[in-house]
Amino acid sequence: MPEIKVTPLGAGQDVGRSCILVSIAGKNVMLDCGMHMGYNDDRRFPDFSYITQNGRLTDFLDCVIISHFHLDHCGALPYFSEMVGYDGPIYMTHPTKAICPILLEDYRKITVDKKGEINFFTSQMIKDCMKKVVAVHLHQTVQVDEELEIKAYYAGHVLGAAMFQIKVGCESVVYTGDYNMTPDRHLGAAWIDKCRPDLLITESTYATTIRDSKRCRERDFLKKVHETVERGGKVLIPVFALGRAQELCILLETFWERMNLKAPIYFSTGLTEKANHYYKLFITWTNQKIRKTFVQRNMFEFKHIKAFDRAFADNPGPMVVFATPGMLHAGQSLQIFKKWAGNEKNMVIMPGYCVQGTVGHKILSGQRKLEMEGRQILEVKMQVEYMSFSAHADAKGIMQLIRQAEPRNVLLVHGEAKKMEFLKQKIEQEFHVSCYMPANGETTTIVTNPCIPVDISLGLLKRETALGLLPEVKKPQLMHGTLIMKDNSFRLVSPEQALKELGLTEHQLRFTCRVHIQDPRKEHETVLRVYNHLKAVLKDYSVQHLPDGSITVESILIQATAHSEDQGTKVLLVSWTYQDEELGSYLTALLKKGLPQGT
Amino acid sequence: FFQYCLSGHPTLPCNVLKFKSTTIMLDCGLDMTSTLNFLPLPLVQSPRLSRLPGWVLKDGSTFLDKELKECSGHVFVDSVPEFCLPETELLDLSTVDVILISNYHCMMALPYITEYTGFTGTVYATEPTVQIGRLLMEELVNSIERVPKAQSASMWKNKDVQRLLPAPLKDAVEVSMWRKCYTMPEVNAALSKIQLVGYSQKIELFGAVQVTPLSSGYALGSSNWIIQSHYEKVSYVSGSSLLTTHPQPMDQAALKNSDVLILTGLTQIPTANPDGMVGEFCSNLAMTVRNGGNVLVPCYPSGVIYDLLECLYQYIDSAGLSNIPFYFISPVANSSLEFSQIFAEWLCHNKQTKVYLPEPPFPHAELIQTNKLKHYPSIHGDFSNDFKQPCVVFTGHPSLRFGDVVHFMELWGKSSLNTVIFTEPDFSYLDALAPYQPLAMKCVYCPIDTRLNFIQVSKLLKEVQPLHVVCPEQYTQPPPTQSHRTDLMVDCQPPPMSYRRAEVLTLPYKRRYEKIEIMPDLADSLVPMEVKPGISLATVSAALHTKDNKHVLQLPPKPPQPPVGKKRKRVSDDVPECKPLKPLLSGSIPVEQFVQTLEKHGFSDVKVEDTAKGHIVLLQEAETLIQLEEDSTHIICDNDEPLRVKLRDLVLKFLQKF
Repeated sequence: MPEIKVTPLGAGQDVGRSCILVSIAGKNVMLDCGMHMGYNDDRRFPDFSYITQNGRLTDFLDCVIISHFHLDHCGALPYFSEMVGYDGPIYMTHPTKAICPILLEDYRKITVDKKGEINFFTSQMIKDCMKKVVAVHLHQTVQVDEELEIKAYYAGHVLGAAMFQIKVGCESVVYTGDYNMTPDRHLGAAWIDKCRPDLLITESTYATTIRDSKRCRERDFLKKVHETVERGGKVLIPVFALGRAQELCILLETFWERMNLKAPIYFSTGLTEKANHYYKLFITWTNQKIRKTFVQRNMFEFKHIKAFDRAFADNPGPMVVFATPGMLHAGQSLQIFKKWAGNEKNMVIMPGYCVQGTVGHKILSGQRKLEMEGRQILEVKMQVEYMSFSAHADAKGIMQLIRQAEPRNVLLVHGEAKKMEFLKQKIEQEFHVSCYMPANGETTTIVTNPCIPVDISLGLLKRETALGLLPEVKKPQLMHGTLIMKDNSFRLVSPEQALKELGLTEHQLRFTCRVHIQDPRKEHETVLRVYNHLKAVLKDYSVQHLPDGSITVESILIQATAHSEDQGTKVLLVSWTYQDEELGSYLTALLKKGLPQGT
Repeated sequence: FFQYCLSGHPTLPCNVLKFKSTTIMLDCGLDMTSTLNFLPLPLVQSPRLSRLPGWVLKDGSTFLDKELKECSGHVFVDSVPEFCLPETELLDLSTVDVILISNYHCMMALPYITEYTGFTGTVYATEPTVQIGRLLMEELVNSIERVPKAQSASMWKNKDVQRLLPAPLKDAVEVSMWRKCYTMPEVNAALSKIQLVGYSQKIELFGAVQVTPLSSGYALGSSNWIIQSHYEKVSYVSGSSLLTTHPQPMDQAALKNSDVLILTGLTQIPTANPDGMVGEFCSNLAMTVRNGGNVLVPCYPSGVIYDLLECLYQYIDSAGLSNIPFYFISPVANSSLEFSQIFAEWLCHNKQTKVYLPEPPFPHAELIQTNKLKHYPSIHGDFSNDFKQPCVVFTGHPSLRFGDVVHFMELWGKSSLNTVIFTEPDFSYLDALAPYQPLAMKCVYCPIDTRLNFIQVSKLLKEVQPLHVVCPEQYTQPPPTQSHRTDLMVDCQPPPMSYRRAEVLTLPYKRRYEKIEIMPDLADSLVPMEVKPGISLATVSAALHTKDNKHVLQLPPKPPQPPVGKKRKRVSDDVPECKPLKPLLSGSIPVEQFVQTLEKHGFSDVKVEDTAKGHIVLLQEAETLIQLEEDSTHIICDNDEPLRVKLRDLVLKFLQKF
């Protein structure tokens, strides 16, 4: 039986380090190649020895697909391709291809230059890795090889985020990456057609959450920022450079303009301005409204938001600072946090999900005394707010996507086991499909039942369509043909053509039955009686009385002769070929019963 | 399979393909050369144009002098300019299912088709094509609507009147089909029917046909189209380029193995080399400006202008033109410049790489930033304040009949210091200039047409090897002005089929197969039998379902169980309902083995006789005779059904079924 095998090397019952192996119809595809924010040791990258223990990555994998530029989806890519060694194609969208190397370089700098780690990938490796990348358009069907094709759909999670359909013959898998089913201030909503994949692999970050309306959250966010600034406090918003940051910037920018506020808004690191450039140049990937108005007003040219200098953190008075990274696990956001944490006037707003092990996760789970490097204890007095601005689908959104794509099976990744369990039940109940949630390293096998595409000769198809005189849709027509299987090609042709192609001749099998009928009349009168009888019974058949005195029913021939001994008996010779077996057999039985009186 | 040819213009095609029960329109180009017969629409009242004398017939009759004006020996229609539409009578255009657009120049007739013919289908085009196409239409509508003209001439179109007119009006074709420009609401309605597609996206039409746009290398978002079913492939090549300019390179490989390749949109200036023309453009421009003159470049607001600006960007400093202002005047100038920067995915590799940095892909961003290039929606407003001479002005329309270009022609025409440089190849520059004669300004003709030339075409055809080529008749003979140049025509084997306006072609291909899907449970039930090494057969008896042009074979439904306990039915109830065909048989029956088998099954009195063609096997007691020949078997017996069935099954054992 054909089957699809899925093994998460990361993101199995976990968030972070997304990396999923899929085997479909003999093709092996790796979906994402991410790092884990919660670890600083070997566990930060997926365990590729799962593949390499049996040989080289390039030999095993037909291609690698990266869904979007977040590091938990692409952070291990240079390690994977340059240090472990992979030379095959890597597919991603244009914006991902543009932005991904910048985030990788940023990640490398923090790890190597700041933390002083060795044996990490180098700048050159990032460049070499990116040379293996093939950029894809939305909805373009990319032929990876003759059988394997992939297609990207809009995912709306960050700029350039895509879902991917992987298809071999009739079998297909859709991998969502991270996606968002509600349009936000800068991106549109994820969309997929009713492609009915055998398997849908979906993220499930917010498996149990159903979020209130976006407007409410936005109002809440603005109110909190406004209040803090009014009382002279400082607001820290840890973000990743691209994505949520732009959405929140648009939000604050318009609010500042409307309320005529004067408190400065800063954006940390030089990446920001560059980041905004990407949004301007890839504006076709943003939402409808921004795209429509960009000629008049480019939403990514901010008036109120200025570049941050680390000295500003000690300035007196209110300010709002966007700083990277988003989970307070390193870098500038963590430095500012340490500076401001002691003052209860200040506020930190966590606008996204934080993985376990990060400072962000700790303060969100209520910890107020943090042990920092060097056994220092940091007391958090500032207000801590969490606002779910991450652009992940919530439970409702996940169900909506399943409804759109109509998969035969669902597999959950990129979520926490407990929450997945809940969603799994819900999916199985509502859609009556199997739902899986393998842990890392665990293989799920899905049996598919693909239909078999066959070439049918037009002659045979037309013949069959012509036989159905009335276009009755409900009643299927019966089709008879011969399937010729040769070198993996399947052709369905008429039996005659099959014989001809194989150089064989038909063997005709004919039956002639003698049927005795009691009838003293003359032969031609008997024949006439038989004809009338058959005509009356076989209304739907072509019954003909030929000039030579014989009768045909379709292609069955009936002739009458006198009995050599008994004048009162006539012998009907009924003759048919094997192809008319049913009708021939029926006729002899019918005639054996004799002729009705009065015919 | 038919092709209805609705346009005779080889670079502004409009064809309708009937392909497997779908009706597909390929492009809807608008032939604007008709406007050359009209007087220019001046933005500011032109004393010269309004003083032109009315045209008088040879016999002195003056009834046309309001409609027709004479200028330097040419006669022009004094009316709102009109365009020559594609044929609308050749077939019912409301039956068109889809329209495929290949580039923004080939969609200018779209509002006429979608808004006036009862069209209810979908239009497919790439995003740049739609956005830039919208800009071209906006500019067109704007430049015609802002100069309201009271008069709409129609008398001259009367067949009896037209005969009396001088050439070229006398010979103008289909004048009854000429229409005034559409309006913005019509443009918006037409564009709302477009569905965006990406290169190499497979679009299913009614389950029967798949269409795919491919990069054609000619303009931003320009595409060729593949129209195919599982067994037939038509390639539609329209406006393609192999030169490296700003768009993504042409995708040639996907055109391979076509049954039919429809070839349109080749270069209109086959003898000019675009690179050489760009060089001439720059040097003429520089020379004029150095001498204190102004340069006028009549152009479309998108396309070649991006390349010209890029050349100038590299050229102006070295040519000492840094202080010369460049003006780009069009109601859509700003939009065009902005849009050009956001289509990274549709650009050539070099430009894509710039976007990855991230930098704007086109250097005109820098020209604008440094104030070297300024753009204005029209000559009114800011422009009149900023206007400094000498300068270079890019503006439309290239026909010189409407748009801001008319103003500059009137303004600069009298001085020989100034130069007008023609770069767009769509209009004959002499015809375009005719209503401005006599003219003192210099005229330079540097047509830049990056579309395929005949050498490239023959190379392309050798490479992709279509079975048949279909092209406009103009491509099957040398250009009329260069009849000795037999190299300036499409040369392929078999020779191309040519078409002209209002013709219907039957496309030469024959389908032999169709795709059908066998459901898994049916596939499981099949019993394959190897008849020759490597070849297996299985007889299939299945239910055929056809829905949305897709065929599926399923297990046949089980016959309904006869109702139990019912009384004996009438004879006619037993008539076999459908005729389940028995398989064909093949093979031959070896007589000795057959006899042995008969004996094994209890026939003790078997007798064999030889005949000319085989044997006769007699079962004496049963009065049964079996004729065995190489390719046939005939069982002749009494009406003893059990016996017959027994013999039948014994015979079948020796034969293969098909």
